[in-house]
Amino acid sequence: MKLKKLILPLASFAMALFVGGLLVAFSDAKVLALKSQPLSMLSHAFSTAGSAYWALFRGSVFDPRLAEDHWLHGFYPLSETLVAATPLILTGLSVALAFRAGLFNIGAQGQFIAGAIGASWIGFTFELPYVIHTIAAMAVAIAFSGLYGGFVGFLKAKTGAHEVIVTIMLNYVAGYFLLWLLSTTAFLRPGRQDPLAPEVHKTARLPHLFGSDLRANLGFIVALAAAAGVWWLLNRSTWGFKFRAVGANASAARTAGISVPRVTTSVMFIAGALAGLGGAAQILGSEPAMTAGVGGSFGFDAITVALLGRATPLGTVFAALLFGGLRAGGLTMQASTETPLDLVLVIQALVVLFIAAPALIKSLFRLKNIETGETMASKGWNG
Amino acid sequence: MSLELRGITKRFGALTANDSIDLAVADGEIHAILGENGAGKSTLMNIVYGLLSPDSGSISVDGKAITINSPLDALAAGIGMVHQHFMLIPVFTVAENIVLGHEKVKGLGILDIESAKQEILRISAEFNFDIDPDALVEDLPVGLQQRVEIIRALIYDAKVLILDEPTAVLTPQETDELLKNMKKLRDKGRSIVFITHKLREVKEAADKITIIRRGKVVGTAQPSASQEELAALMVGRPVSLDVEKTTPKLGEVTLSVKDLTISDHTGRALVRNVSFDVHAGEILAVAGVQGNGQSELAEAIVGLQEHVTGHIALRGKEITRASVREALHAGIAFVPESREDDGLIGSFSIEENLILDLHDLPPYAKGPVISTSIVEEEAKARVKEFDIRTLSAKDSASSLSGGNKQKVVLARELSRPVKLVVASQPTRGLDVGSIEFVHERIIAERNSGRAVLLFSTELDEVTALADRIAVMYRGEFIAIVPADTSREELGLLMAGIRR
Repeated sequence: MKLKKLILPLASFAMALFVGGLLVAFSDAKVLALKSQPLSMLSHAFSTAGSAYWALFRGSVFDPRLAEDHWLHGFYPLSETLVAATPLILTGLSVALAFRAGLFNIGAQGQFIAGAIGASWIGFTFELPYVIHTIAAMAVAIAFSGLYGGFVGFLKAKTGAHEVIVTIMLNYVAGYFLLWLLSTTAFLRPGRQDPLAPEVHKTARLPHLFGSDLRANLGFIVALAAAAGVWWLLNRSTWGFKFRAVGANASAARTAGISVPRVTTSVMFIAGALAGLGGAAQILGSEPAMTAGVGGSFGFDAITVALLGRATPLGTVFAALLFGGLRAGGLTMQASTETPLDLVLVIQALVVLFIAAPALIKSLFRLKNIETGETMASKGWNG
Repeated sequence: MSLELRGITKRFGALTANDSIDLAVADGEIHAILGENGAGKSTLMNIVYGLLSPDSGSISVDGKAITINSPLDALAAGIGMVHQHFMLIPVFTVAENIVLGHEKVKGLGILDIESAKQEILRISAEFNFDIDPDALVEDLPVGLQQRVEIIRALIYDAKVLILDEPTAVLTPQETDELLKNMKKLRDKGRSIVFITHKLREVKEAADKITIIRRGKVVGTAQPSASQEELAALMVGRPVSLDVEKTTPKLGEVTLSVKDLTISDHTGRALVRNVSFDVHAGEILAVAGVQGNGQSELAEAIVGLQEHVTGHIALRGKEITRASVREALHAGIAFVPESREDDGLIGSFSIEENLILDLHDLPPYAKGPVISTSIVEEEAKARVKEFDIRTLSAKDSASSLSGGNKQKVVLARELSRPVKLVVASQPTRGLDVGSIEFVHERIIAERNSGRAVLLFSTELDEVTALADRIAVMYRGEFIAIVPADTSREELGLLMAGIRR
């Protein structure tokens, strides 16, 4: 059963790579120039796509050339993948958890920013000893973002305001609030005009995992721990039981005495906290000086990551690693083969497309009797 | 017109819903198809009406083989159908509903509704249907809406009428009317296929009976057969239709409801000034046509309704404003009207469904952690005690049959310390075997000194189980009468007529 569930995402990924390869090959000028000689055109197309994907691999997993001076440096790309995956894991978990409780959290972006603000503020304003400083920064990040998310749940519980609308709006609020904050004396780095906060102190930073040459840091471990925590919460705790019950059938949960408003509020608090922890990990780990663009598109990619991971914690971790790898490798691919970075986005989109069209993949690969996640992707909007 | 089916087989995956079914409906007869829920009656009729296509088999009309690929083909062949759930648009008039999909136009695209109205009046007069073509469908009582459906079939000249569980939504009087009309239609040369699981109606109206069990025809019978014989054929084993019941041993007042009024969010009263007591050891059955406030009353008692005034007390303790959880833990077992929507979480395992109410209390939870081993053990015990037919308690609840789903709900609700059982339509849609089980269980609860408040639209169930009967009409308790009140009187009360 477990293995079967993997076939569909893997097949989707393979299809996406294949179609992406076609795009790489047949957008290449040299390949197109060989139109009159189909055979050499084909071989050229093959080698073009091959070298693009080889570059993608070198950029995301292992680069033998970098390994020449020290074997550990060969894994620099993998470390970059982990760095890129860390915020995606945490925001992905945020979306996935809300999803399991029947809520569509589009607000991971805003919650991420709320967390980043909290972590950055504690990180550069206060002088605290090692460890304690990090924990304090994370705790404040969790409090900020938890309240930011919990507010949405509270509104829904009290007034029925739909969480999709509210979270989308709060994303704007967070983004512009950050922009304003970076213009105030409290947050603007002295002597700068552009929106840039001071770097957080060394005492608050998350330590590197494999020495100072590789950027991979404890944030990744925090993300994995959060995934394990979410798994435990959903599958072993009484809270998670309520969350899943409300997500699967709110009216039956209500009839059995579970308070749906309370669940809505607490789920959104925890979801917010997870996304905010992502913001903290970003600030304390890889991006110590907060900019207006700190949020990137983590909150939105999180939706894709959570869907790709079937809203399970383990699935979310793998999906985030995949996206992190594509993101890290895309840069190398662009630099060494002139394949535009946009192609990576196309491949990401194709993976999602093929995942979202399970019937297509099933018929392409003649798979039978595999449960698909069709219902998953369409749930959550009717609440 | 005669209708003949030969070797109709329809499979859904591994399930064979219809297994080479033969059926011959003669010209001008009422042919009842009797079977339990899930026996394959509706599948068969949906095939005849062109909503499903059979895997194999043939359909012939008047000895001529025909193919039916859509309801239009069926109508063209003279087959009309009245569905269990009416296919009417409430805000349209009768005439508009009837022409829907077959609109005739005069030149310039102007709808010719006049000729349809004439036609409706003609048919209405012929069968004494008393239908005004200009009335809005939403203003009509259910019985009349059903006649609109029948007229719709007749207007397209249906010679064979399929009626799918037509009495499910009717009062006893409306049911009698319908049965009379069916005979009238038959006498005017129409054939009727009457799908039902109600034995009394079959005996009263049918000329011939075909019994289906698990997708197969298991026999035919004459209406002179006894109800016991028919039930045994339908279920596949002898069943007792009588519920064994001793005289009640009344205890103290367990549930006391005073001046209860329930409104919806717009302020419209759904239940008005209802007052009653239920004693320990008695069953108070609330009869009434569906939609007269029974569901709201049942929900209000467990705290599921928001706009409630008046008083509800359990053993003297006020629970009017109690949350659902408080009401349940105060000693109420609640069997909701809709198992699928409110009783169970389909995607959850049976185990998880059994602890929906108690998952965060010992012994199931230690602090914030659910103890899986205890959940498993307890589930095994419940599955055994309530005879829940499943391979494993880890299977999802949605994989169970209706009867077994209801057993899961009962197992959960009756495993708490209970003073009062509130059961809403507890046997709706269940097979005879499961109905027996549920009835026995309800009687057992009453005999062990619990109070039972039973809501049922099935008069047979009400009279079989009740120690007292309350009849609900338009949100009010129109009367509380003794259990031996005649069906006729109950029927009148259900229609709001006090004598």
